[in-house]
Amino acid sequence: MKITIKDVEYVAKLARLSLAVDEKNKFAGQLNAIFEHMDELNKLDTENVLPTSHAVVIKNVFREDEMQKSELTSDILSNAPEKEDRFFKVKRVIE
Amino acid sequence: MYHFSLGKTCMDLNNLTACEITEKIKKREISAKEVAGQYLERIEKLEPKIHAFNSVFAEKSLKKAAQIDEKIKNNQPVGILAGLPIAIKDNMCIKGEKTTCSSKSLENYVAPYNATVIEKLEKEDAIFIGKTNMDEFAMGSSTENSAFQTTKNPWDLERIPGGSSGGSAAAIASSMSPVALGSDTGGSIRQPASLCGCVGLKPTYGRVSRYGLVAFASSLDQIGPFTKTVKDASLVLQVLSGYDENDSTSVKIPVDNYISEIEKDIKGLTIGLPKEYFIDGMETEVEKAVRDSVKIFEKSGAKIKEISLPHTKYAVSVYYIIAPSEASANLARYDGVKYGFREDSDSIIEMYEKTRSLAFGVEVKRRIMLGTYALSSGYYDAYYLKAQKVRTLIKNDFDAAFKNVDIILTPTTPSTAFKIGEKISDPLQMYLSDIFTISCNLAGICGISLPCGFSSENLPIGLQLLGKPFDEKTISRAGHNFQKETDYHKKYPKI
Repeated sequence: MKITIKDVEYVAKLARLSLAVDEKNKFAGQLNAIFEHMDELNKLDTENVLPTSHAVVIKNVFREDEMQKSELTSDILSNAPEKEDRFFKVKRVIE
Repeated sequence: MYHFSLGKTCMDLNNLTACEITEKIKKREISAKEVAGQYLERIEKLEPKIHAFNSVFAEKSLKKAAQIDEKIKNNQPVGILAGLPIAIKDNMCIKGEKTTCSSKSLENYVAPYNATVIEKLEKEDAIFIGKTNMDEFAMGSSTENSAFQTTKNPWDLERIPGGSSGGSAAAIASSMSPVALGSDTGGSIRQPASLCGCVGLKPTYGRVSRYGLVAFASSLDQIGPFTKTVKDASLVLQVLSGYDENDSTSVKIPVDNYISEIEKDIKGLTIGLPKEYFIDGMETEVEKAVRDSVKIFEKSGAKIKEISLPHTKYAVSVYYIIAPSEASANLARYDGVKYGFREDSDSIIEMYEKTRSLAFGVEVKRRIMLGTYALSSGYYDAYYLKAQKVRTLIKNDFDAAFKNVDIILTPTTPSTAFKIGEKISDPLQMYLSDIFTISCNLAGICGISLPCGFSSENLPIGLQLLGKPFDEKTISRAGHNFQKETDYHKKYPKI
């Protein structure tokens, strides 16, 4: 299965990346080579194998639903590229 | 410029260990200020050649050192790492300082909080001497993917120090700091340790808190120490380890007393040699150095067993689906909204696209693309889910092996340090060089790399010891015993 420029453009859109034409071509070639190498995994029978998402099995890490005080607002806002009062400022999100 | 007077004792930084430094400071044989001053002077002298640091905290270090000296003078208690300079990989948050991940996207980001490991080290009176260079967002095996500078291997300035924690490894190898922290997702502590001739340890997943570590692949990342000796690594691991309620993946398992455990002998310890890790295409000198090292373990009373980890060859494919997939999700937050680089535009979507395209380097973009593709609708089952299942097979290999052996011994890397620029245009070649370190992260087990020889070109060779989950004490005991019988860890480069 070959990765086309159209595939690259679709994935770039999902990832919110804008790529130049030569970048798209390069990625198409490199992604192809990489995924071709990964096709070797299809040789393995994993019919009755469960996926591992975490090497150490931990279940249900909860804490009490209690409010914890946090006075970090000004620290957090200090890195904002643009801000107004206590808010991060961005371009209009809803038309 | 820092103002300090060179103490009466001129320390031989190349031959000083972290344990010795804290001892001498507590005994008042030397002051913390002198120690910090001498390391800062060495950084000033060598940095133009090595480029290991993104930032150096000269003033802060000397100030903290003076405070520690004052406490000692007044017979007040000080931490077990009193006065110990530590360099921190630039993907761990220190409050009030830049945490850049060697990326344009975070070039001016000042962390508003401390990582848990920073809090723990600070509590024990360690001194943060600076932030070290890395591959951007920890993606790479050579530190060539840094957006700022290329770190050189102190053993040969035309070669890479390894990656992604290349800055930290180079700092230790050139004695610019006695201890450094790194992070390891697919080998990013162990591989540079091997290529730079120092000790690098990756704890079991969940042993050390990831709170405050900028996430790359959340099911694989772990923080660990770089040091000259296994004993030093044990000292630091003691402080770093432990459950943290801020990290929901950290584990409530008691922390061993590593410092005392490592002094026990290794008589009767069974060491497995997996045949899949001694393959064609490995450098002959690397294989010889590792096999010769096996004899040293045998002389100390260990029993050697040939074992098999049959799914080893699939590890690179599994990793390069899982890690980029998790990374594509973790890096979605870099959108220019709340912090970091922003490229303004007419619409919000265009802002995201322009910001991310300008802020990320090629390797980061490539991995985001890889991961997004693998997770996208129609491909999720074929790639991501398949990789997660093969991950189980790889983990099962280790579970089965550890029923018959206590630890596993392998080379850390198939070759010594390659030249800068040699592999940068062939991503697949770069990925394949991680073959020996990757399975450890996939299985979540612990691993340590220590120097075991030098090539005919005087380049360091590393051996890797892999241990059962939460059994850092056994791999450290074996490593410490090895260092009592050898002196590879005492050699240093002439820079």
